[in-house]
Amino acid sequence: MIGSTHQRRPVRSPLLLTLALGFLAVFLLLPLITVFVEALAKGFGEYGAALVQPDAISAIKLTLLVAAISVPLNIVFGIAAAWAIAKFDFPGKSILTTFIDLPFSVSPVVAGLVYVLMFGMQGWFGPWLREHDIQIIFAVPGIVLATVFVTFPFVARELIPLMQEQGRDDEEAALSLGASGFQAFWRVTLPNIRWGLLYGVLLCNARAMGEFGAVSVVSGHLRGLTNTMPLHVEILYNEYNFVAAFAVASLLALLALLTLVLKSILEWRYGYNHGSAGH
Amino acid sequence: MITLDNISKHFGNFTALSGIDLAVRDGEFLALLGPSGSGKTTLLRIIAGLAFPDEGRVSFNGEDVTDLKVADRKVGFVFQHYALFKHMSVVDNVGFGLSVRRRGQRPLKADIRARAHELLDLVQLGGLGERYPAQLSGGQRQRVALARALAVEPQLLLLDEPFGALDAKVRKELRRWLRQLHEQMGLTSIFVTHDQEEALELADRVVVMDKGKIEQIGTPEEVYMAPRSGFVSGFVGDINSLAVTVVDGKTRWHDRMIDIDPDGAADGPARLDFRPHDVALGAEGSGSLPMVVTSAYRKGGDWRVEGTVGGAARVIEVDLPADGPQPRAGQRLSLRIGRGRLFREDEEARR
Repeated sequence: MIGSTHQRRPVRSPLLLTLALGFLAVFLLLPLITVFVEALAKGFGEYGAALVQPDAISAIKLTLLVAAISVPLNIVFGIAAAWAIAKFDFPGKSILTTFIDLPFSVSPVVAGLVYVLMFGMQGWFGPWLREHDIQIIFAVPGIVLATVFVTFPFVARELIPLMQEQGRDDEEAALSLGASGFQAFWRVTLPNIRWGLLYGVLLCNARAMGEFGAVSVVSGHLRGLTNTMPLHVEILYNEYNFVAAFAVASLLALLALLTLVLKSILEWRYGYNHGSAGH
Repeated sequence: MITLDNISKHFGNFTALSGIDLAVRDGEFLALLGPSGSGKTTLLRIIAGLAFPDEGRVSFNGEDVTDLKVADRKVGFVFQHYALFKHMSVVDNVGFGLSVRRRGQRPLKADIRARAHELLDLVQLGGLGERYPAQLSGGQRQRVALARALAVEPQLLLLDEPFGALDAKVRKELRRWLRQLHEQMGLTSIFVTHDQEEALELADRVVVMDKGKIEQIGTPEEVYMAPRSGFVSGFVGDINSLAVTVVDGKTRWHDRMIDIDPDGAADGPARLDFRPHDVALGAEGSGSLPMVVTSAYRKGGDWRVEGTVGGAARVIEVDLPADGPQPRAGQRLSLRIGRGRLFREDEEARR
C-alpha cells in the first residue's frame, strides 16, 4: 500500500542530500560517537570500573525499578484510556483526550514541581503523609509518580487511532460467538493492537529510563538512594569525573540505539501488517 | 418464533426505531428492507442483543430475552465487513465460538478442528483452513464468516448487508447458495438489505422500513404488486409517478381521463404510480399519455424508453416490446397505462 502510492524518486540534488546528511552527522552522530569515545578514553578497565561502582549500580537498579513499575502502569492506563476513547461515546470524551496530551505540553520540571507541591512536606498532603510516616518526595514513590506522568501519553496515543480505525466489529463478533468480555479482549482486541502496543511500550520505556527534568525535581539527588541513571550522569559530570559520567551515559545511549533498532523492526512488521490487512 | 413487541430506540434526539411490532416464524427467511437511516440495522442488532431497545420487549419462543446479552442468545451474526479475526487462521476463526466455551462444555481441541473443517466443507471452502483471512477473496471471507457463525449452532442467523461489499456476479452466486443453506440447515434467518431486488429474490417475507417504522410486511409478491403506501410503492421496484387529480371518483391527468380506478380515493390531488412494464402503445386520445422520448436502449427483451410527459421535468421510464422499432429521441409516443395505483399526494411530500 505504502510502496505503491508513494513512488520514491531518486534524489536529484546532491546539495540537498549533503546538507541533510551533514546535519545528521554533526548534530546526532557526532555526539553519539563522542559518548563512547569519552567513556572509553582510559580503556575498558576504567569503563568497567565506573559501571560497577556501588553508586552507579544503585542508579542502574533504581532506573530499572522505576521503569519496571511505571511502564506496566502505563500499559494498563493506556489501554484502558484508548479503549474507552476509541470504542465508546461518553460525556467528557474530548476532555479526556486533551488530558492525555497534557504531559507532552507541560514542561517536565513543572510536572515535578506540581508533585512537590502536592506531596512535599509543606504540600497539600504533607501533614497527612508525615503523620502516617509515608515519604513520597525525595523517595522512590515520587520518582515513579513523576515518571508515570511524563510517559503517560506514549501508549494511549499510539493505540487510540489504531483502535478507532479497527472499530467494534471484531469484539462484537467475538461476543456474538459466546466469548466473555475478557476472552474478547485477550483473544481478539490484544492481538489486533499488539504491534502498536509494543511500539508504544518501547517509546514509553525509553522515556521512563531517560527522563531527567521531572525526576530531578522530586528525587533530591541522594546518592545511592534516589539517583537514577540520568541524574547520576549529571552528578559525575559536575564532579569532573568524565570517564564515569560518559560510561553511564553510554548505557543510556545503548538503550536508545536498541530502542531505535526494535522500533525499526516493528515499523517494518507493523507497516507490513497494516498494508495487507486493508480490504 | 421471534416476537418483537413495541420496540423503540433513540440515539440522542434521533429516533432510530419507534413502535416496531414483528413476529418472525420458525424456518422463515426474512428481509429487512429500507434506505439507509431507516433503522433496519439497529433492529437487527436489537434482535441479536448487540443493542438494546429503550422500550419494548424481544422474545424468542415465548421467552423474554430483552435483557440477555448477545453471548447468551444463541444467535449467529454475520457482519457486513465480515469481522474475521485477522491474526487467526480460517480454521481457528471458525472454531472460535467452540473454543471460548466454559471448561466442561468445551470440546477437545482436535474435535473443534474437526468440526471447523466440517463447516468449511459445508461452505465449500474445504482445504483453505490454514489460510489467513487476508489471503481470501471477498466471497470466501463472507463464507468463512458464515461458517464461524454456524459453528455455535444458533437457532437464529442474522446477516447485516451480507452481500453489500461483493461484486455483482459473486453476489448472485452467494445469494442462491445462502438460500440453499438456509433450507438445508432448517434455520430461521433475518437479513438486512437496501437492495430491493435482493430482498424480493431471496426472502419468504419482506419487512419494508422507513424512518424507524415498518411500512409493510408481506411476501415479495404482496410488497411488489400491492404496496400499501406511497413509500413502499416508490422504494420496491422501478416505478413512475405522475401527479393526477381525482374528480368525481375518476382519475384525471390535465384534461384527460386516465383509465385507472381511484379505488375509493377521495377527490383531490393524488399520485399515480405505475411500473415501466404496465404500459402499452395505444391510439392518441383521451385515455392516453403523450410521451416525448429522450432515449431508448435494450433491456433484455424490451426497449427501456425514457422520456417526459406533458412537459414535466420528471423522467418517465417505460418498457416496450423490442419486436417494434427502437424509439428515437424526440419521437412522440402515445401510452396507455394498464395498471397503476393511486396514493395521496401528501405521501409524496413525506419522502
